[in-house]
Amino acid sequence: MFILKLLTRNAFRHKLRSILTITGVAIAVLAFGLLRTLVGLWYLGVESSNASRLVTRNAISIIFTLPISYKDRIRQVPGVKIVSYGNWFGGIYIDEKNFFPNFAVDPGNYLELYPEFVLPPDQKKAVILDRKAAVVGRKLADRFKWKLGDLVTLKGTIFPGQWEFIVRGIYRGAQKNTDETQFFFHWDYLNETLKKTVPRRADQAGFYMIGLTNPDKAADVSVAIDRMFKNSLAETLTETERAFQMSFVSMTEAIVIAIQIVSYVVIIIIMVVAANTMAMTARERIAEYATLKTLGFGARHIAGIVFGESLVISLAGGVVGVIFTFPAAHWIETELSQFFPVFNVSPLTVYLDLLAAATVGTVAAIFPTWRGATIPIAEGLRRIG
Amino acid sequence: MEKAKPPIVEITNLTKTYRRGVQVIPVLEEITLDIADGEFLALMGPSGSGKSTLLNIIAGIDKADRGAVNVAGVDISALSETDLARWRAINVGFIFQFYNLIPVLTAFENVELPLLLTTLSRSERREHVETALSIVNLLDRVDHYPSQLSGGQQQRVAIARAVVTDPTIIVADEPTGDLDRVSAEDVLGLMARLNNEYGKTIIMVTHDPRAAEKAHVIRHLEKGILNNVHS
Repeated sequence: MFILKLLTRNAFRHKLRSILTITGVAIAVLAFGLLRTLVGLWYLGVESSNASRLVTRNAISIIFTLPISYKDRIRQVPGVKIVSYGNWFGGIYIDEKNFFPNFAVDPGNYLELYPEFVLPPDQKKAVILDRKAAVVGRKLADRFKWKLGDLVTLKGTIFPGQWEFIVRGIYRGAQKNTDETQFFFHWDYLNETLKKTVPRRADQAGFYMIGLTNPDKAADVSVAIDRMFKNSLAETLTETERAFQMSFVSMTEAIVIAIQIVSYVVIIIIMVVAANTMAMTARERIAEYATLKTLGFGARHIAGIVFGESLVISLAGGVVGVIFTFPAAHWIETELSQFFPVFNVSPLTVYLDLLAAATVGTVAAIFPTWRGATIPIAEGLRRIG
Repeated sequence: MEKAKPPIVEITNLTKTYRRGVQVIPVLEEITLDIADGEFLALMGPSGSGKSTLLNIIAGIDKADRGAVNVAGVDISALSETDLARWRAINVGFIFQFYNLIPVLTAFENVELPLLLTTLSRSERREHVETALSIVNLLDRVDHYPSQLSGGQQQRVAIARAVVTDPTIIVADEPTGDLDRVSAEDVLGLMARLNNEYGKTIIMVTHDPRAAEKAHVIRHLEKGILNNVHS
């Protein structure tokens, strides 16, 4: 208790220096936490993917489509419970800066495949019955203040034209990390329009989503589907939803690695700053450490005092950083929802924040501790006066 | 005729040198000295004569190159650093020129510091600290930090810290060196009282002849050689 009192008072002996160091650690921990969350966000699609879902796409590339006739054939494969399909629409709402993901899907089966998109039964029924219906995520609806019955016009990029939709459903996520910024509408609406305007692009699906009767059969079903379309004009590549999402992540893995490196660099920089502060502190206190050793305190006690002081400062910074991480994450999620539809700080990130702060404190204290613990008493006492 | 007290400190053929690069500088040469239990000894000499080094060796915070230092029957030159630290905590009370109080601790807490290394309970520690502070007449300053005390008061706190464990010897390195004349007299009077009333053995290094006058025995060091005795 006494030692705790001593090291806490020592930590705030030079208030300005301590506050600046704590602020530095807090900012570093805040940046580390946000960058870690950002990295986690990159894997959000992977993490939220379901083991009982498969994705079938064109074997050449995702940008090539598959005939809609594949649907019934896939449905016949043993182990397949449900088949849905869709296209990435790539529509723009008023301006490009209003980006949000939008898909043409088969809403009945699609919503059945995605129980994490929770839609009230009456809205679901309304969506299925209306060809021009759209289902939007809660956050997306909040962002553009859309209400049920509102008319929303998207400008097609992949599928040119002005596309009008009526908001018939607003889903919420079953889990905290469910993306609530997506926009779905009837694939039939897209297809029927294409039949009239660009018939050669009609009856094509960008991907098939497949629900399995048993997730353990995923490999067998994938092989069976791909074998079925082997040597056809549009060969397929079937993989688990997780692997499918992971293929997108791997395209941008260099960015993820860069973010991770930056997050560690931030911590290393603050480690150097904190180590400098602790070295200055220890240099100033050498005479006090010598006095304590004179009184009979051992190297162990001195190490405890130096380490303790360093940890008090760094953990204070860590706690402040963690406290500010939550409002910062909330601000990002609210204000930058077009880029970060979900920005939840996970418990693991909080632990890593505190671990990073403790590591900063520990590493920063190593040299000063060694110096304080090993300096000969007579030499230390000469540093006074 | 009063029987002479046995020596509590016995120093035999003690030699100490410092190295500066390849140069070897002798500091203490073949010092042999006995200090009786209850004695108040003043070590005098010019700067660089080795008196503080001798004091540090007696107190177990520095080591001699050669020779034996026996304090209260313990050959401290043979002790390891850890054992020496333990030994100092029990046997030596220190009074420094610049008081060496911990600035973030109150007078009470500074005096309590050495007791943290004992097995005393909190209430026992409090009792000891209050006794020590009452000896130095500072019971009304227990909650004051060193910066809130005068130099003389700080040195009295340091004296209380030195005596709180009831050590075998008290060593003082220029205890009045940073004090005005009145405070110095006050501190010297206190040390004399510790010696006279409580029978404490005191070894004091000083430049100040007035301080040395309080001692029973004055020894002079010149270039590392202990030369004469004044009683």
